[in-house]
Amino acid sequence: MEFFKIRKDIPFMRHALVFNVISLVTFIAAVFFLVSKGLNFGVDFTGGTVLEVNFSRAAEVDKVRESIEKLGYRDATVQNFGTSRDVMIRLPLRKEKADAKHDEIVMPALKQIDPSASLRRVEFVGPQVGGELIEDGALALFFVSLLIVVYLWFRFEWKFGVAAIIANLHDVVIILGFFAFFQWDFSLTVLAAVLAILGYSVNESVVVFDRIRENFRRMRKSTVPEIIDNAITRTMSRTIITHFSTQLAVLAMLLFGGETLHYFALALTIGILFGIYSSVFVASPLVMWLGIAREDMMPVRKEAAADERP
Amino acid sequence: MNRFPLWKNLLVLVTVVIGLLYSLPNFYGMSPAVQVSATRTTHIDETSVTRVKRALDQAKISYVEARLVDKSVRIRFVDTDPQIRARDVVQKEFGNDYIVALSLLPNTPAWLRAIGAKPMNLGLDLRGGVHLLLQVDMRAVLKKAEETATDDTRRVLREKKVRYQTVTRGEGGSIEVRFKDAVERDRGLKTLKNDLQDVVFTERQRGADYLLAGRFSEAALKEKKRLAVQQNITALNKRVNELGVSEPLIQQQGEDRIVVQLPGVQDPAQAKDILGRTATIEVRMVDEEAMTGSGHAPPGSKVYRTRQGGQIILKNQLVYSGDNITSAIESFDNQRNSPVVSLVLDSRGGAVNQRVSGENIGRRMAIIYIEIKSEPKLDANKKPVVDAQGRAVRETVRIEEVISSPVIKSQLGRRFQIEGLDSMKEAGELSLLLRAGSLAAPVEIVEERTIGPSLGAENIKRGFQSTWVGFAAIIAFMIVYYLMFGVTSSLALGANLVFLVALLSMLPTTLTLPGIAGIALTLGMAIDANVLINERIREELRNGNSPHASIHAGYERAFGTILDSNITTLIAGLALFIFGSGPVRGFAVVLCLGIMTSMFSAVTVSRAMVNLIYGRRAKLERVAIGNTRWEEPRPSQPPKP
Repeated sequence: MEFFKIRKDIPFMRHALVFNVISLVTFIAAVFFLVSKGLNFGVDFTGGTVLEVNFSRAAEVDKVRESIEKLGYRDATVQNFGTSRDVMIRLPLRKEKADAKHDEIVMPALKQIDPSASLRRVEFVGPQVGGELIEDGALALFFVSLLIVVYLWFRFEWKFGVAAIIANLHDVVIILGFFAFFQWDFSLTVLAAVLAILGYSVNESVVVFDRIRENFRRMRKSTVPEIIDNAITRTMSRTIITHFSTQLAVLAMLLFGGETLHYFALALTIGILFGIYSSVFVASPLVMWLGIAREDMMPVRKEAAADERP
Repeated sequence: MNRFPLWKNLLVLVTVVIGLLYSLPNFYGMSPAVQVSATRTTHIDETSVTRVKRALDQAKISYVEARLVDKSVRIRFVDTDPQIRARDVVQKEFGNDYIVALSLLPNTPAWLRAIGAKPMNLGLDLRGGVHLLLQVDMRAVLKKAEETATDDTRRVLREKKVRYQTVTRGEGGSIEVRFKDAVERDRGLKTLKNDLQDVVFTERQRGADYLLAGRFSEAALKEKKRLAVQQNITALNKRVNELGVSEPLIQQQGEDRIVVQLPGVQDPAQAKDILGRTATIEVRMVDEEAMTGSGHAPPGSKVYRTRQGGQIILKNQLVYSGDNITSAIESFDNQRNSPVVSLVLDSRGGAVNQRVSGENIGRRMAIIYIEIKSEPKLDANKKPVVDAQGRAVRETVRIEEVISSPVIKSQLGRRFQIEGLDSMKEAGELSLLLRAGSLAAPVEIVEERTIGPSLGAENIKRGFQSTWVGFAAIIAFMIVYYLMFGVTSSLALGANLVFLVALLSMLPTTLTLPGIAGIALTLGMAIDANVLINERIREELRNGNSPHASIHAGYERAFGTILDSNITTLIAGLALFIFGSGPVRGFAVVLCLGIMTSMFSAVTVSRAMVNLIYGRRAKLERVAIGNTRWEEPRPSQPPKP
């Protein structure tokens, strides 16, 4: 079986501007939603309490909400979680009661509504911890980006490093844009997915870059756009199939992983889709525009030629 | 050209076999067990195993095995019914000085145990339990330390007859000593430098005042913080024992935090109550008249329980309390050739101690350890009492116990020793209790995650289901798309899964739900390497190269790309590990390990199999990698080097 029988190189670079405009528009939209709506930070970051309560029959969310308000909790959110019998209650942090005792206050009240109510999960994050997590997340993002640029610089050329990181940070912003637009819960695990995607889609760009480098050696008479077009076309099949395989695993997670892994898998899905797009249509044109030339590949060539002998 | 030397084939074979062996224990499941472990005053050895066996035999409870593991007796059962009955029997046999807890034990067969194979540690989100992050209030610790240092400064100066004017606590935790002139100040500085090494004093001048400003040295600050956390950890250990948790984890995290993980605990409220207890020390005089006389407590006295199980009558008047104790350290007194506990009181405690001990030489002074806990108030039917707003009413319970009642031999002051202790162990425990009841800094819960056991089991099920479905889908696709090379890629992917599971079982890591997600994701990403190789081989074939040359070139050429792309992902994984906490870390560990195992499995293991299948044939007409004959070799391309 063979999906991609592409005989001629597809002239991607001729349309590079169009692709980048599309990217730019998506990117601006994502930034717009991030600014206007903001991320719906989960309890991991904001601090507060999450209770997951299971009832023996379908839970009456309104009643639950009412009884929680009676306890003096303002701004508590109550919603179904997974099934109609599971309810997730989010209590914001309160100044006067910054300790982990909310479950003991809430559960007796819920047991009055339905004696079968049972506590499945409690998460309490104090104000001290939440801020640190945001800080650590931002630091992680920064260091991942920096190290990747440095690595690509070392292994290829700085232009590749810069192009790859721009393309992939653009993926990250778009994932975050989705989370802002739909107001999906942004938790620690989603942050992990976002950072994993950063590594993963850089990996994608690397494969194309590798080919570009090789083509500079092989196709001595071709122009830069031709070289890039050939590299993208030749790796196209692999790109699609790899992403398809990874998506199979992520899809299984999305379908069978349950609520906890839902947003994690969702973030990965968006990341994988945009990862293909950005590494092919954004990173490569950027390399071209940054003015990559055959001479840039000179020092690497000697090295690579040496270890190519079988 | 497509043959591996023997050592390479053997390497692949050996690693796969080792991987299989060490991942095997995960498939045997767990069985209910009872675990008996010792507290600080008791210990467990082979005779305890015999005791357990005898007790169970007498009660006619059948068990699978009972053996000694890491200073605890573990008894395994077929199901939960004998397990619960056995716990009661064993607890009765051993008494309250031992911790008897229900637990789950892996059914790893003995031959696997012999090579050190064990199943993966499951995180709390998979097995259920309580995770708490406590923060020690360092400001309170330092405040107390500053108060003591201020007292000490006064005392030292007075003892050495240095004339100072005032000693005050200045802003930002400094100590300020005021002198009349520079000569006296120099004397003061010299004295303090000798006697108060924790504090660094510097000379200052303000108007007509000659000042010394003191601050804790960095080392002293660090030590005080370390001690505060350490004391809390010891106190927590003692309390967790009461919960009957089989594998509690109490660990320092960062400078001022403590992680407490209690697997299997289902009632977070109870756990928090027990952990949140505060302890204190009180010192009272023993009512010797009542003790030798009637044995009943007269008015003004009260009967207390001692740690050894006896009774003692103490006078109600409080001499001093744990607040007045600033340090308690056990040591070995070489002159007397016996272990001692050295106590230091603050100035108020010292003054009272001097007076009371002077009046009571030859009598006994009792040290009472008091634990204050709050628990839900129960009515006559043992149901929780609820107030008008539906909140559970709580009541405070005091548990009092006399831990020591030494005889006063001479007049005591701020510093004195408790002698006559039988062993260093006893001395250690006494000083620990004294510290726990006096200095333990206040802690606050800053993070809590509780997962019910049913949710944990569900998470395991879901995690593994998604892994298997993803794995099966990828394999099916690979085989359809790449035929024989799909089969070798799939086997390599299977090997990768085996390596990953084996590594996770061998290393002291914990598998969490994000970790399982990491496994699923790594499988999806690991196949990338094989796709790269297979696509490369197809391309080489398409370019008119011989099958052997194509296979060779495919593997060689793809390797550089595989390395580059995996290293970037590894960078992301490492950053996640360094900056991540809790769930993120679990994911990062699996991601990093998975990348490393996939490099080996996708390149070496799959190559070994391809070599076995195709490498032996000298003349290879075609290979089963799917149709590649849709394109003529492109004339524009230069010949291969």
